[in-house]
Amino acid sequence: MSRLQTVALGAALLVLALQCGLASADNYDEASRLFKQGNNAAALEKIEAAIAANPRDARARFLKGLILTEQNKPNDAIKVFTALTDDYPELPEPYNNLAVLYASQGQYDKARKSLEMAIRTHPSYAIAHENLGDVYAKMASEAYDKALQLDRGNAAAQTKLAMIKDLFYSSVVPGKGTPQTGVTEATTAAPPTPDPKDKKPPLTPPGPSKAETGAVLAAVNDWAKAWSAKDANAYLAHYAPAFQVPGGEPRATWEATRRDRITKPISIEVTVGSPKVSFDANGQAIVSFRQGYKSDTLNTSGAKTLVLTKNNDRWLIFQERMN
Amino acid sequence: MSPSRRHQAGSRQTLVQALVAIAAAGASYAWAMGIGPPAVARQLAAPEAMLVRALLDIGESRFTSALERIDSLLLSNPNFRLAQLVKGDLLLARSRPINSIGNASGAPSDQVDGLRDEARARLARYQIETPREFAPRYLLQMPQKQKYALVLDSAKSTLFVFENSGGAARYVADYYVTVGKNGLEKLRQGDKRTPIGVYHVVSQLPREKLADFYGSGAFPINYPNEWDRVRGRDGYGIWLHGTPRDTYSRPPRASDGCIVLANADLDALARILQIGSTPVVIADVLDWARPGEVEALRTDLLTSIERWRHDWESRDTEIYLRHYAGKFSSNGMTLAQWSAQKRHVNASKAWIKVQLSDVSLLLYPGKEEIAVATFEQDYASSNLSNRMKKRQYWIKEGGRWRIVYEGAA
Repeated sequence: MSRLQTVALGAALLVLALQCGLASADNYDEASRLFKQGNNAAALEKIEAAIAANPRDARARFLKGLILTEQNKPNDAIKVFTALTDDYPELPEPYNNLAVLYASQGQYDKARKSLEMAIRTHPSYAIAHENLGDVYAKMASEAYDKALQLDRGNAAAQTKLAMIKDLFYSSVVPGKGTPQTGVTEATTAAPPTPDPKDKKPPLTPPGPSKAETGAVLAAVNDWAKAWSAKDANAYLAHYAPAFQVPGGEPRATWEATRRDRITKPISIEVTVGSPKVSFDANGQAIVSFRQGYKSDTLNTSGAKTLVLTKNNDRWLIFQERMN
Repeated sequence: MSPSRRHQAGSRQTLVQALVAIAAAGASYAWAMGIGPPAVARQLAAPEAMLVRALLDIGESRFTSALERIDSLLLSNPNFRLAQLVKGDLLLARSRPINSIGNASGAPSDQVDGLRDEARARLARYQIETPREFAPRYLLQMPQKQKYALVLDSAKSTLFVFENSGGAARYVADYYVTVGKNGLEKLRQGDKRTPIGVYHVVSQLPREKLADFYGSGAFPINYPNEWDRVRGRDGYGIWLHGTPRDTYSRPPRASDGCIVLANADLDALARILQIGSTPVVIADVLDWARPGEVEALRTDLLTSIERWRHDWESRDTEIYLRHYAGKFSSNGMTLAQWSAQKRHVNASKAWIKVQLSDVSLLLYPGKEEIAVATFEQDYASSNLSNRMKKRQYWIKEGGRWRIVYEGAA
């Protein structure tokens, strides 16, 4: 019950401020209320209605995952959260809950991978860190059992489940749905309400800016513009041939994924807030800014750093990371 | 320490430092620090090499690399328990600090200790230099038909394999082995010790006839040998054998006296063992020598055997009997009974002809000077002829080599 509400009522949902119809919003609120009361069957009915009205409603799908978990349908819940990670890989919460479900099934390696994904998207996400520590401990225990041929039988299985429960309870303030540790980090990484100022065109940096700084900023703004225009070709043209693809996947795979993500939403608005430009010894430009991202299904912002390198007089992205 | 062992001294020094570190840090991973590669590196079997590299990584705080190696090792050898233990430590270290190897809570301490011992033994094995210029002193003479000899170094948990290269022993391989729970020097049945001495592989038990416990096969050796029986040692069933399905290897001291190898290693041995002739010399600590350093001893022994043969042919029984030690015995016969019989038999002969071939000469490990000679004996006389495989135990008595036991091999 409350262990999963932790995530539901924490930073996660607040990030998922959605543009959706009144009717489905009503359905969502009603489902949420029923879920809190423990009326899972009725909550599921309402949330299905909300999702039917807006199939891309991440917040509603997330709640559906929670309801299914409480109904002890882990495999169904896993499907819901997996689909969420596919559609919104930048959100840590579906990864985290996937991990909890995998761990409850004793699939620690899958749990570990999910938590590592959650941490990759939000390195300061406290619950994911604690869960990962616990999953490591469980994997260690499994290895020890194999090393020493210990047959802990059913007792071990029960301990495993209890451990995960304990971990979740210990990471919340009793009666409140906010993470106990690392709260400030977690919330600053994902502010509760979208800042309308972020929608404004980016500010020019204060002080006298060199021509080079201006050129770098122009490149970053163009990149954001191409993204907002859902112009995948223009967007991808901003990446250097030597671009370090995140996770080391092949460039073609990454490009295909980006193309898909850029063209799928009905609308996208990407903003570059408070950019700071510096140059390193190799002549590469490092641009740190607050990236606002708003689409028909998702509204989020976070700190981003782009490392740009000059190719034939053009500043191209060499490295991209969410901080 | 004899000069002949000096080439091992360097690695032993580092190992001592490592062992001191173990004691100081409470069996922590600190003992993996400061262990460098030996000057003349050997090729370890893949699973062992991966494990050792992971342990060395840990010693240098390269935990990610260590875990990758362990994971890859466990992919091919999921039953490598020590690797599982190290994996547990590496994972646990990510959630809390650890300061010793094997942090499993509620684990039986003897099992964890056994795996810790194995980790130390594997690291120590990594430091063994390839014995190029040296061979164990014990391999005095290998007959042409005997292709290989095995020498077990209990202190290093290692079974060395030497090839007969034109009569000289040349190193070919070595394997991690488990010996008896209570160590070496077996005396009694059930003392869970591995015998020290010179033995031979006497038979082969195929996998199909064995319980899973013995793994891919078994090769019984002739414990108690003739010399053990003379000294009243008992017990039986000392085998070289493999490991059960559920474990890649066993701790250095874990058997009831048998010599246990990983199945892959036993399979490699099975291809070269010659039933009835491959010697297995078992020692606490190996005594190494350059070939030249044992030449005088070898010549001395071969000359003693030749004189014995010659004096037997001479039919001068009193001179012949001087080759036998005061405490000589042969299948229950004392020297007095033996002498009486020889005097009686030799008196009836008009002539005697004795030819020896395929002479194997092995020195006993330990302080006592004992040598084991095994050969084909072709005996002919005016009224009787026979061929037999004979074994003699020679001891140093009154400054010369004398026979303390003689019988059919």
